[in-house]
Amino acid sequence: MSSGQDNAPTPSVPRGGAAPGEWGGEWEVVIGVEVHVQPKTLTKMFCGCGVAPLNAPPNTHVCEVCLGLPGVLPVPNRAAVEACLKTALALNCEIPRHTKFDRKNYMYPDLPKGYQISQYDLPMSINGFLEVGTRKVRIRRVHLEEDTGKLIHAGDKLHRAWESFVDLNRAGVPLMEIVSEPDLRSADEARDYAMELRTLLRTIGASEADMEKGQLRAEPNISIRRAGADELGVKTELKNINSFRALHRAILYEVDRQRQVVESGGAVVQETRGWSEAEQRTFSQRSKEFAEDYRYFPEPDLPPLELDRAWVEELRAALPEPPSVRRARLLEQLPATHVAIIGADRELADLYETAVARGAPPASTANWIVNEVAPSGKLLSPESLAELMKLMHDGNVTRDQAREAYLEAVETGRTPAEIVAEHGYAQVSDESELRVIAEAVIDANPQAATDYRAGKKQAMQALMADLRKRAPQANPRVASELLLRLLA
Amino acid sequence: MSDDLTALTIKDASRLLRLGTISAADLVAAHVERIERVDPHVKAYLRFTPELWEKQADEADRKIRQGDAPPLAGIPLAVKDVLCVRGVETTAGSQILKGFRPPYTGTAVGRLFEAGAVMLGVTNCDEFAMGSSTENSGYFPTRNPWDLERVPGGSSGGSAAAVAAGEAIVALGTDTGGSIRQPAALCGVVGMKPTYGRVSRYGLIAFASSLDQVGPFARSVDDAAITLALMSGYDPLDATSSDRPGMEVLNNSEGGVKGMRLGVPREYYDVKGIEPGVKAAIDAALFILRREGAEIVDISLPHTDYGLAAYYIIAPAECSSNLARFDGVRYGLSEVDAPNITDEYLQTRRKGFGTEVRRRVMLGTYALSSGYYDAYYLKAQKVRTLIKRDFDDAFKKCDAIVSATSPTVAFPIGAKTQDPLSMYLCDVLTLGGNLAGLPGISVPCGTSEGLPVGFQVLGPQWGESVVLRVARAYEAASEMRAEVASVV
Repeated sequence: MSSGQDNAPTPSVPRGGAAPGEWGGEWEVVIGVEVHVQPKTLTKMFCGCGVAPLNAPPNTHVCEVCLGLPGVLPVPNRAAVEACLKTALALNCEIPRHTKFDRKNYMYPDLPKGYQISQYDLPMSINGFLEVGTRKVRIRRVHLEEDTGKLIHAGDKLHRAWESFVDLNRAGVPLMEIVSEPDLRSADEARDYAMELRTLLRTIGASEADMEKGQLRAEPNISIRRAGADELGVKTELKNINSFRALHRAILYEVDRQRQVVESGGAVVQETRGWSEAEQRTFSQRSKEFAEDYRYFPEPDLPPLELDRAWVEELRAALPEPPSVRRARLLEQLPATHVAIIGADRELADLYETAVARGAPPASTANWIVNEVAPSGKLLSPESLAELMKLMHDGNVTRDQAREAYLEAVETGRTPAEIVAEHGYAQVSDESELRVIAEAVIDANPQAATDYRAGKKQAMQALMADLRKRAPQANPRVASELLLRLLA
Repeated sequence: MSDDLTALTIKDASRLLRLGTISAADLVAAHVERIERVDPHVKAYLRFTPELWEKQADEADRKIRQGDAPPLAGIPLAVKDVLCVRGVETTAGSQILKGFRPPYTGTAVGRLFEAGAVMLGVTNCDEFAMGSSTENSGYFPTRNPWDLERVPGGSSGGSAAAVAAGEAIVALGTDTGGSIRQPAALCGVVGMKPTYGRVSRYGLIAFASSLDQVGPFARSVDDAAITLALMSGYDPLDATSSDRPGMEVLNNSEGGVKGMRLGVPREYYDVKGIEPGVKAAIDAALFILRREGAEIVDISLPHTDYGLAAYYIIAPAECSSNLARFDGVRYGLSEVDAPNITDEYLQTRRKGFGTEVRRRVMLGTYALSSGYYDAYYLKAQKVRTLIKRDFDDAFKKCDAIVSATSPTVAFPIGAKTQDPLSMYLCDVLTLGGNLAGLPGISVPCGTSEGLPVGFQVLGPQWGESVVLRVARAYEAASEMRAEVASVV
């Protein structure tokens, strides 16, 4: 199913699609995105096979059902249906009372049954939207289908390979297809849409949505038209996009290509184009869609699904707060750069908000999460984080010590307070103890002391550095006050 | 002695086995001896399963000795070549699956194995169950045990002939448009098609998924009933299987027809091409049932004429998709020397499929094609709904529907092979039951021109017990028992 561009929502101005000819004005870019997402399930869409990890040896996660052996039948995976419903609800979609599966028929060696079980005219959900920045992107449909296998060719493509191998580990893995209307107007918007979708999917727990692992695949379709025109130009669909960066670049490239085609008097051809990461360009692919008539018909092996309304309402009620709402709340407390990271990940946002609720100071906690937690991906319980942040804030441990305590707490599961106590990390704030050390520092650095007294304030840095070396546990605030007093 | 053992019913054989008069091994040996004598003439079997029968007979004898014999312990069983049995070559009567040994056993067969049945071998059938004479087998035609120059019917002709020729006590077939009932009629045995969803289709190599059902061939209504009951019931591997308890088919299935209303559809009674001898046998059967206290009522199934046309759209449409998996890539025949994948598909399928299968794949592909879908497939589904409604209306006026099973007795080999339409008309009285998903049985009701005639009883959805009740009453009152043909 491709996200068509047949009813654009733009104000009406006389015709002016991307037709050949003279046009000195601006071009408007029109983008719809079709996203395939692998829902978080233990097993495949229609059989009990486990979903293979990325590096599993070929054909190790297969059974008679996903191999498409004669005589087998599909049985739908409830967890996949649930993930699809949650996604649809989070995208504000309508859930029709009746939904069914259909067969999409075409022959290819990575498709064991000779048809893909998908959804055609009665998808699981329709007519939703997702707010991305200030743009409300309409969602046409979210439906459920199964993935195909993978081909590995010795040689070039299938038709020219001297030997080809089929790996069916992915055959039958569930996929949700999320189709947007052509409401996006730039590469930035398309990328932001895909990223927002990822955040939403992770927030509701429907998918890990990792693009690099192929759990989220975005296929934009792109056309250009004269600014102000209400008719749509001819679109191309892009495939082989493996990251948000690639999505952005591929669209920029394709828009530019279309503009050049049109401005040089040519016409854009409706086709599927592949993105080459190596060459950073799109190239024409022989599209299956043009040669094939998929002969959709209702899957007779699966009775139509009558979704239990009570179940749907239960799922709706259990949906977490939408990421956009949470982000708005976080922006009231934190700088946008921090919100961009904390608000994009439900676990980080939960960690932040819970730790703060447990008494952790907001600013330093956000800072800690952005600089320490997000890059390492190592999560501590909010209670422990709150405890550590308070220790740091009250001047009991240095930042370096806090980092070590943090990592140890993650590894061992012990509380930061225990670890700090055990290592004697607790900062020394006692003046009588620090006075001895401060005096030793001044004695050992006569030049710096003289410089400081002569008015060179930066000489204090050298003195503090020496002090930290001699006494890492020294409370820096108390120590510097002491030095100042001794030098006065 | 040995021929006596090959003419037994399940009931009689079980009594002898439990009394210790014979062992399961004796019973198998008698059948093997009988098969060696008659099967070269009848050609009911495609292949034999000595490893299975030895193991299963031993097991049955052990359990009988221990006194915990399951209901079918030691009963020789023949299995149609469309039902997958682990490790046993299963080819759907087609060259394209030559050498294919499923790694799993289908549910219906598996349940009979658990019930103690002893599998003798795999029986011949029309390729992918498409045909009414078993002449479309990709291997050889099977002959009617009552007249070796005639067909046994089809598509489950091998199973019907095996029971009729004393080569098995019970056999499994599948019925998509009459493929159990019609050969049962032509071979003079009992054959039953259950309500769609009563028996799991898991392991049944699909012809038309919305029509296919597994059912038994036997020498008595009792035997058919118990075999069906043991196969029935919910299967988590088949989403179209019902959760109704299998044993319910036996409830109230005795007690006679006194006070029952039996409907005779005028469209069936006077069906075009019905032979006078067949009509006379049906009249005699109706007379007996009336004498037993049934009320015979005239009914109408007004859309009967459109049933055949609708059937020959829906069944080929589903088959065109179901047979797409036979592409030479993973199992069965493979023309790997083809220069590219498209040619490999074409060559494999051209070589592996017979004429009738290719005809139906083409018909079905056409009917599902874009631009023709509404005119053919969708229209046929609407007719199907009307036919269901016909039956719903009819069952307001009667408890069961009775008719001939086949308009003709067994016809000579080759008589209809040049005229597919005349072959299709063999199913005109049976396929309505498939389109509506209803249970039906064919029981022997005398002969015409020395050849068996079958009497069909159709019941409402889930009304197997009504069907069995009428069939039992007729069998008892007519003393018309399935006999074993001497053959040689």
